[in-house]
Amino acid sequence: MEHTSTLEKVLRASALTAVVIFFMFPIFWIILMSFQTNETILRVPPSMIFEPTLSNYRGIITGQLETNAATLEINFMRNLWNSVFLSVSSVAVALALGVPAAYAFARHKFRGSEDIAFTLLSFRFAPPLLVLLPLTLYFQQIGLADTYFGLVWVYQLICLPLILWIVRGYFEDISPDIEYAYRIAGHSWFATFRKIALPLAGPGIAAAGLLAFIFAWNNFIFALVLASADKQPVTVGALAFITASGIQYGQIAAGIVLSVAPTLALALYAQRYLVEGLSLGAVKG
Amino acid sequence: MTMTAAVQQKRRRFKIGKRTLPYLLSLPALLVCIGILIPFFTAVFYSLQRYRLSQPWARQMNWGENYLNFITDSGFWNTLNVSLLYAGLTVVLQLLLGLGIALLLQKRTKVNNFISIMLLMPLMTAPALAALMWKLMTNPGFGILSYLLTLVGVDDFRWAASSDTALFTVILVDTWVYTPFIMILLLAGLRSLPKQPFEAAALDNVPRLQQFWRITLPMLTPYILTATLFRLLESIQQFDIIYAMTQGGPGDTLTVFQVEAYLNFFQSTNVGRSAALLMILWAITFFISNIFIKNWLRLRERARGEA
Repeated sequence: MEHTSTLEKVLRASALTAVVIFFMFPIFWIILMSFQTNETILRVPPSMIFEPTLSNYRGIITGQLETNAATLEINFMRNLWNSVFLSVSSVAVALALGVPAAYAFARHKFRGSEDIAFTLLSFRFAPPLLVLLPLTLYFQQIGLADTYFGLVWVYQLICLPLILWIVRGYFEDISPDIEYAYRIAGHSWFATFRKIALPLAGPGIAAAGLLAFIFAWNNFIFALVLASADKQPVTVGALAFITASGIQYGQIAAGIVLSVAPTLALALYAQRYLVEGLSLGAVKG
Repeated sequence: MTMTAAVQQKRRRFKIGKRTLPYLLSLPALLVCIGILIPFFTAVFYSLQRYRLSQPWARQMNWGENYLNFITDSGFWNTLNVSLLYAGLTVVLQLLLGLGIALLLQKRTKVNNFISIMLLMPLMTAPALAALMWKLMTNPGFGILSYLLTLVGVDDFRWAASSDTALFTVILVDTWVYTPFIMILLLAGLRSLPKQPFEAAALDNVPRLQQFWRITLPMLTPYILTATLFRLLESIQQFDIIYAMTQGGPGDTLTVFQVEAYLNFFQSTNVGRSAALLMILWAITFFISNIFIKNWLRLRERARGEA
């Protein structure tokens, strides 16, 4: 098994190179584009040699996009802020609601607990539009249309099942004996939960929160259906951006780079958590 | 006397607390989800109605008519056909690629670990934004991929703009985003396999290919099944990539379930048909998700046992 031939080594290396090129090239190319003006992007043949410019980023950050005809005012930073706000508050709400529930499901096998847990998990797999389309009509009636509150609520559809199932698995892995010992020593239920259970499940809670953040950030369909222009996150904002006439290609690329940078940075920073989280704990990474 | 009474009272409170505590803890999460269950039942109700937003006066129950109409509706069969084709092709392609890459990266070397971390990046890119990235790369004017094709003599490849190649293009983007998911799952599976069978096979000089078919693949099957079912569930519901790339076009080439339902609702304002379409999609996903959850729970138990 150990004596691999040179031919095999070469084949392996070239296969891996092809894999890396296929998966990395688009990101690399978009980053290159974001530092170019329209003139260098439109060159034939395309080339990697050009004088880098920051004008695309400057335009996007100040909201004044220079085009050939005029200066367009597009507030992409607003989209970026919406993404941050929606993702952070959705994850915060989901953690506040989901962690105690996960603890209840893990520690107390009460009547219907399995059924409830399954129902919650099945939300993760139902077609989102099935819920979103009636919700648009309801939201208009009850005045939640186009509010952050309504959006954060609907985002629970992504965040809550994820947190519930991952964190529940972590709580189940902790031996209840430690908690019993602490209880017998005269501490209240809440103190036990806060001082013993929460810290022990800490890594699981962090992993679930991170993953929920990434899924919330990357979500497209919820905001497309429910949010108006001033509440849209980057995923929806970028689409409007690309179809607006006269925008320079480098500016689109810069917008995309700014939109994907946060999740990519998080993924690289916390990659060891992701494997287990992605498989909902089905595989120990 | 008073003290024992106080203790007793305290004990009783503790007992009641113990029984209601789990409900109390999970109640807030449940309430939020009930708010989501209501629209679900509304959608069932809509699917049994003749309901167009543009003609609110003509709204009435028509029971199963929306579903019956599908039988003779060529648009519906196109939707079903495209959705199944998309889901089938993406899952098979990604499974083969993902398994191949996982096998290449199986050994725990520095380079392999580095590559597997790099491959997380497409998976962490929002699918809608990934579609936009590929849209820029396949632009006929300046897209690098269009240019590279002209170098090998293909001048008229129009990617997502032509109905002949639109499906290929969105499948390519889907593969770019989601192959790493399968790769990661299978890589974790491969690395957790017990060593003994392989050592025994090596001692008996069993050829490597045979080892793969007889040992690796059978032991990896639960992981492959979980990854496949999970991807199938997501893929049959794909919306982001297709909508961001072509909005279902050109024509009705890519009107998969959710795209068709979205267009029905917002463009032709036919709420009844849109809801009925989504109910059929829901039935399909419900069926797959039941198998998935069972299979996944078994796998999780196994991972737990080994940990």
